[in-house]
Amino acid sequence: MRVPWRTTLLSYTFLAPALILLAVFTFYPLLYGSYLGFTEYNGARFAQGLDPRWVGTANFEKLLADPLFLTALKNSVKYLLVVPALQLAALAVAVLVNKQLPGMAIFRAGYYVPVVTSVSLAAVMWEWVFNREGTLNWLLRSLGLTSPEAQFGWLNSEAWAFWAVMLVTFWRGFGYYMVLYLAGLQTIPEELEEAAVLDGASAWQRFWKITVPLMRPTILLCTLLSTIAALRVLEEVLVLTNGGPLNSTYTALMYVYAKAFQGFDFDYGLASAAGLVVAAVALILSFVNFKLFNRPEEDQA
Amino acid sequence: MSLTAATPARAAGRTLAWRKPAAVVLRYALLILILVFALFPFVWTLAIALTDKTAGTSIYAFPQSLFPARVTIHNFVDVFRSFALGKALWNSVVITGLTVAGTLLISALAAYPLARFRFPGRGLIFGAILATLVLPSETTFIVNTLTLKKLGLLGTHWGVVIPTIAGAFGIFLMRQAFVSVPVALLEAARLDGASELTILTRIMLPLTKPSLAALGIFTTVTTWNAYFWPMLVLSGAPDKAPLAVAVLKLKGQFNYDPFNIAAGAIIMMLPVLIVFLAAQRLFLRGMEGAVK
Repeated sequence: MRVPWRTTLLSYTFLAPALILLAVFTFYPLLYGSYLGFTEYNGARFAQGLDPRWVGTANFEKLLADPLFLTALKNSVKYLLVVPALQLAALAVAVLVNKQLPGMAIFRAGYYVPVVTSVSLAAVMWEWVFNREGTLNWLLRSLGLTSPEAQFGWLNSEAWAFWAVMLVTFWRGFGYYMVLYLAGLQTIPEELEEAAVLDGASAWQRFWKITVPLMRPTILLCTLLSTIAALRVLEEVLVLTNGGPLNSTYTALMYVYAKAFQGFDFDYGLASAAGLVVAAVALILSFVNFKLFNRPEEDQA
Repeated sequence: MSLTAATPARAAGRTLAWRKPAAVVLRYALLILILVFALFPFVWTLAIALTDKTAGTSIYAFPQSLFPARVTIHNFVDVFRSFALGKALWNSVVITGLTVAGTLLISALAAYPLARFRFPGRGLIFGAILATLVLPSETTFIVNTLTLKKLGLLGTHWGVVIPTIAGAFGIFLMRQAFVSVPVALLEAARLDGASELTILTRIMLPLTKPSLAALGIFTTVTTWNAYFWPMLVLSGAPDKAPLAVAVLKLKGQFNYDPFNIAAGAIIMMLPVLIVFLAAQRLFLRGMEGAVK
């Protein structure tokens, strides 16, 4: 069937604003950014109007020789530890609020509030919690776990800052995944649960034998989203610790940002190369995730 | 507690193990503990913001600082006067307003032909738009900053807004909404001689108000809260920075006053909290819709 030219013209007129913006601010930067990774391009060259100079894999060799980048990459991979914690907690909490009991709407909404909180506010509020005099130390002291002399600022501690930042990521994320899991839980037929109860299955058994297997597609989606988000963590680090103390919270995307926009000469080429490495790791992890959680049914028997 | 008192009656009908009172009490205890974890920072910040700092209490005098002895709104006035927070608030309103208006306009325009017409290249365009959801975007912020500099938009509100308003999420959401409008309605309008633009504005948009509202709310919350991108674009123009950036600058001030910062934080949080609580059902259902 031939399409009237007027329909085509009209369609493209309506699409034009979106397509132009997407081309300029999404597709072009994806391609050009990838190209920049293989070039020498810095603030000075940009200011003089010089074009990027092709240098092949020189940037990548420089990255591998840079201990800061290796630290950053290691920290980003370590940051993935937040994923299982986040997913298990979110799924468990979703199971808890999924029952028809009074007040559940309040809990669901309350758990979601951190999700709609700006990272700036999280930084302001959590800094008071993590402070030497803050509530975390007060809580530990009250529980008799630490003494007043042994107190320190969590964000200033080389050993603990990393985990403190991760806790904020956890806090901001668990409500989001909880809602996604709730949606998945609602597709599980209630009869299945009730039959299992009649057969004498414990809550624990029902969780692992019914909920988890039936939720596999949702678990795959959430783990995938959260793995990529954890690998790309930047804002929390930027606002809470700025990578410190002693680079203990310096992540890979922090490196991309710092090389491109901090210091004396902005190195767009090197920063782009680092971005490509992060993107490659993200792709590999997504693939692994997919393989891990998307096993065909017969494997389960 | 009324919660526990109500349970035996509920349990009477069924004998499922988890309906037993002890299990219910345990469940609520756990839920309340998690709620404290989720909301404690807000409650404490609110308490600090309302504390009369002239009374000489430390915010760290815990747990007293959670219950201010003398309540005042002076900190809110103070933070407006001494930190020019009103300017930052206005910047947030401008950036968010422009972004929401732009996103709705661009998404609706682009979604209409994708939902309603067959034309050469449609599949390709739709595929390319959806692909942006998964394409690795680690380097885009570098190139976009360079582009804005060349266009002379770096350090302006438009520079913050324009790169963000054409997104796959909005286009996809509106396309799904448009697809569900009955074809018969459009054909009747066409027979009456209505132009496509009239059909879009007079029929499609009014019928898809819930989706427009959802997209508007999502965009409002994300833009209002955005930190990294506005910080980057406006790093050379601090007087144009929105609240999300300004609040952190307050924190970095040499003479930093936690009471004023708490007040600034509450001012920043309030609009989003109101939007979220008012549109909570829409919000949570919208999220759930993402996996169904």
